[in-house]
Amino acid sequence: MWSFSHIANELHEWLSSIFNPTWTLVIEMVLAGVAVIGLFAALGLVLVLMERRVAAWIQIRLGPNRVGPQGLLQSLADTLKLIVKEGLTPSGADKLLFNVAPFIAMIVAMLLMAPIAFAKDFQLWDMNIGVLYVSAVSSIMVISILMAGWSSNNKYSLMGAMRSGAQIVSYELSAGLSILTIVVLTGSLQVSDIIHAQATGWWIFKGHLPVWIAFVTFIIAVTAETNRAPFDLAEAESELTAGFHTEYSGMKFALFFLAEYINVFIVCAIGATLFLGGWMPFHIGNWTQFNHVMDYIPSSIWFFGKTFFLIFLIMWFRWTFPRLRIDQLLNLEWKYLLPISMINLLLATAMAILGWHF
Amino acid sequence: MFHLLQTGLNSTDAGSYLPVGIQILIAIGLVAFLMFATHMLGPKRKTTDKLQNFSSGIESHGDARQPMAIKYFLTAILFVLFDVEVIFFYPYAVNFRELGWNGFWAVLMFVGFFLCGFTYIIKKGALKWED
Repeated sequence: MWSFSHIANELHEWLSSIFNPTWTLVIEMVLAGVAVIGLFAALGLVLVLMERRVAAWIQIRLGPNRVGPQGLLQSLADTLKLIVKEGLTPSGADKLLFNVAPFIAMIVAMLLMAPIAFAKDFQLWDMNIGVLYVSAVSSIMVISILMAGWSSNNKYSLMGAMRSGAQIVSYELSAGLSILTIVVLTGSLQVSDIIHAQATGWWIFKGHLPVWIAFVTFIIAVTAETNRAPFDLAEAESELTAGFHTEYSGMKFALFFLAEYINVFIVCAIGATLFLGGWMPFHIGNWTQFNHVMDYIPSSIWFFGKTFFLIFLIMWFRWTFPRLRIDQLLNLEWKYLLPISMINLLLATAMAILGWHF
Repeated sequence: MFHLLQTGLNSTDAGSYLPVGIQILIAIGLVAFLMFATHMLGPKRKTTDKLQNFSSGIESHGDARQPMAIKYFLTAILFVLFDVEVIFFYPYAVNFRELGWNGFWAVLMFVGFFLCGFTYIIKKGALKWED
């Protein structure tokens, strides 16, 4: 069997037979780090290409198709170009903060990878407060954006950073509340518990009204939290050049760009885990034959399939909705989404206490 | 069940968060390596024009760090207040089954207070951007 958990187990046993437990742990941690870096690189290349191809497809044009077969190597060529560019720090900038900001963006992206279950029994770190950890760590992202915007000493950057700060912290409230709806239904903050609770059906199917509302709120909130269109006020090209990373060039810009795409992947992975059952295959009641066929599809394909479906949804938003103004954006969150998600959480709690359906 | 970085499933001591420390170190290492690589490979021709801040091709006037609209800061303060209330829901969400209806009425009261404060800030015009 070529499952991820099988390979990891083999590796663990092989390492244990050579080293003592402490060194085994340290080597495994380093290996996990290297694996995550590899995943970062792969995701960066795939997501940038996917974004451009999806945009091209929606706008009925071809998109990148010159570098490599079908333009598959386009993002690799872009990366290579960015590495050999000059990295400037403007003379008016705060040198230290300007250079620290990309570090923080990447650290946040990397820390968020830890509690995600990529396949059956394959997870870097299944901590008992998984979901709380995700919402806690993801809010550090705003610090790197504010740092980048303020230290650049550029009016566009500062405007973008302030907008982004107000936007990210606001939408975090309803994102947190919609995650809590699932926590209420599951009764656990641990990611593996949440996935196992969906063995009899994904929450989106068996959770009824509260979960549907929570799912819609979650998708809107994470689109805003990752600064994606129609909520991309932080880097609104037509008004702020490039927003908080106007002054960044070369690899420093590439790191922000990469962190942004990694964050899109992570929030979609969280959404897939909470609402669409993570690596759980799709089952229909007692259609035993159908369920068996579904079980043959590897769990990692289920997980990545659901995640990329959500990523596609978010990319689709970008070319469908016009950009909001900052006051419209904050009104949407504070006057509509926050009360709705608050009442939705109470509804889910009442339903769970009454014991309806689940 | 197998986890690559598992040191203890339900232990709550600080030592079980060692993987986070290692991840931070690896992330710092990666970024530092990439920045060093681009520093070595890229050209280094710095001119005063190049080091100026970008302002769409026109002369930039004054320092960028001027006073900003107070609304941004107000939103941040409101976030702190409301996020604390959201955080209170986490322990409740995990334990509500044991607390039953008594717990639910208590939380309903809490949400009632929350909505009072919420109505107050809306009426006060905290989200009105046009004066």
